[in-house]
Amino acid sequence: MNIHHKTVDSIPSPLSPRLTPTGAHPCNPLTDIRVAITGGSSGLGLSLVRELLNRGAKVALVARCRNRVECVVQELPPAHGIVGDVSRKEDIHPITMQILGALGGLDVLINNASDLGPIPLQLLADTECEDIERTLATNLLGPFRLTKAMLGSLAASAREGRVAVVVNVSSDAAVHAYSRWGAYGASKAALLHLSRIWNEELSLEGVRVLSIDPGDMDTPLHAAAVPDADRSTLKRPEVAARELADMVAAVLSRRTPDSDAIVQEAIG
Amino acid sequence: MIAAHLPIQRPSNAKVLIVDGQGNIEHRARSEFANLLRPGDVVVANDAATLPASLSGQHSRTGRRIEVRLAGRDSLDGNRQFSAVVFGEGNFRTPTEDRSKPPELNCGDRLELGRLRGTVLRLLNHPRFISLQFEGSPREIWEGLARHGRPIQYAHLPTPLAVWDTWTPIAGPPVAFEPPSAGFVLDWSMLASMSARKIRFGTITHAAGLSSTGDPELDALLPFAEPYRIPRSTSLMIKHAQASHGRIIAIGTTVARALEHTAAMFDGVVPFGERLATQRLGASSRLRVVDAILSGTHERGTSHYELLRAFVDDEILGRIDKELNARDYRTHEFGDSVFLERAANRTRPLGPAICRRMTVNSSTPSVSAKECA
Repeated sequence: MNIHHKTVDSIPSPLSPRLTPTGAHPCNPLTDIRVAITGGSSGLGLSLVRELLNRGAKVALVARCRNRVECVVQELPPAHGIVGDVSRKEDIHPITMQILGALGGLDVLINNASDLGPIPLQLLADTECEDIERTLATNLLGPFRLTKAMLGSLAASAREGRVAVVVNVSSDAAVHAYSRWGAYGASKAALLHLSRIWNEELSLEGVRVLSIDPGDMDTPLHAAAVPDADRSTLKRPEVAARELADMVAAVLSRRTPDSDAIVQEAIG
Repeated sequence: MIAAHLPIQRPSNAKVLIVDGQGNIEHRARSEFANLLRPGDVVVANDAATLPASLSGQHSRTGRRIEVRLAGRDSLDGNRQFSAVVFGEGNFRTPTEDRSKPPELNCGDRLELGRLRGTVLRLLNHPRFISLQFEGSPREIWEGLARHGRPIQYAHLPTPLAVWDTWTPIAGPPVAFEPPSAGFVLDWSMLASMSARKIRFGTITHAAGLSSTGDPELDALLPFAEPYRIPRSTSLMIKHAQASHGRIIAIGTTVARALEHTAAMFDGVVPFGERLATQRLGASSRLRVVDAILSGTHERGTSHYELLRAFVDDEILGRIDKELNARDYRTHEFGDSVFLERAANRTRPLGPAICRRMTVNSSTPSVSAKECA
């Protein structure tokens, strides 16, 4: 079953960036960029931690399991590990505080942590209310709350001309109605629309909100959803991480018109 | 005035008392604040997020329960050393002035505060005002503060404040000890409407310290020295406004303190950078940068009230007090607001003599009184 077939779900707004891969080069726009990644201890999240560290970013990762967070930090010592659960309202500000304390501010927030819903996947009619609540808490409310808590820092970064970006990791299940993917699909569809609206509203502040579908990847989440999938047909998470980092780099290469205007006016 | 007892940052019926440069007073709904601004104005707010600065725990030597309230810091970076006020057992339902005393504190005493472990480095001229050093890596200290700390609470509020109650919508770096509550007025919609009217919005980050300790001797030292950072964009906005006769409007006393501190150092110019505000603004201060301030409604005798005396004279402040009382304005963190334009007779001619005096009048508590051996 080919669940995810689109690779990029860029936002159809007039401000959409032209997404061109940058790769590592002397003008690497990710150098010293402060990035926080949720769900950073496995799958795409862990690959993003590696990729962004390789490109010179300062990276904080958030994940629920202390052991896994500590393993990542042991393997990748420059990374800042934070234990927290984005689906819990009470965790959002402690997570935010620790990210900002570790990085001194924030330029890029990647809401990657995702909950698949009931495992094995169920028809919506068989989905327990508690399961869909949990899925929405992780995939929709978590990114909403964390972005809201980070907005002051992101806007401050944008005012300094650094271009602030929020990436919400999406799925083609956000767009297509796949049977048995009800909880996940509905949550990702809501997240996609949240991203679009927020991107419109925050353009004034210089904060870009992107929804990116990384495609079908060979990750623990995919294995849980489709246990009998032919793994050789799936994208490696490190490849998806490289593509996603390229997209973020492309956005970061553009300065905010507003910050330029401020400098121009002040100097002029 | 009456205490605002609900932790609602922008109640629909919030009011603002406005005083123009001639001392005329009027009243408006605070939601109309942006209408008081003019194209070309620069609005500067403090984007510090509020640390959960109340840490409950135990004084190791005596085993007695204590509450430590982080009160100040010398730098925005690092999280190992803080000044702190120590209280005895009890909680926020007891007004601070009635709280029990902590055990005698000595240099080297260890404090167990949840997962955090700290040591009393020295006493700061007062038996329960200490310099506290945490043990562990910065990551462990951040986690300990984030997980164990609670926002400093207020006896006039019936329910405990959650950390999100204390963060303004624009909150960024977690460096303040109490909320820069004048910023509660702001929301993103208001910022958008300002932008549409060519009103610039900038921030500083100012580690707002404790507003009250319940101890007259300690309160007399307020405000403590507070580090702040002025970003490049805000510095440029101010420079531009100064050149084009736009007004500089401070959201809150911390912003006024920081901008005036820098302006006193640089002869009216406000370059970006991090500095430590040590001065106290009051009736004898001349304002060099800030043209107007939006602030809470403060009670006579507090350091915030004293700061307002830099903007308007005592006759006007007296009239303001009467109006606030007569019209049931609410006070404290979640209360109503005042918007004061600097009185027309308080112009900006500042000479070097004033700069020197402001530096000498430092309110920084001495930290050398009882050094550890």
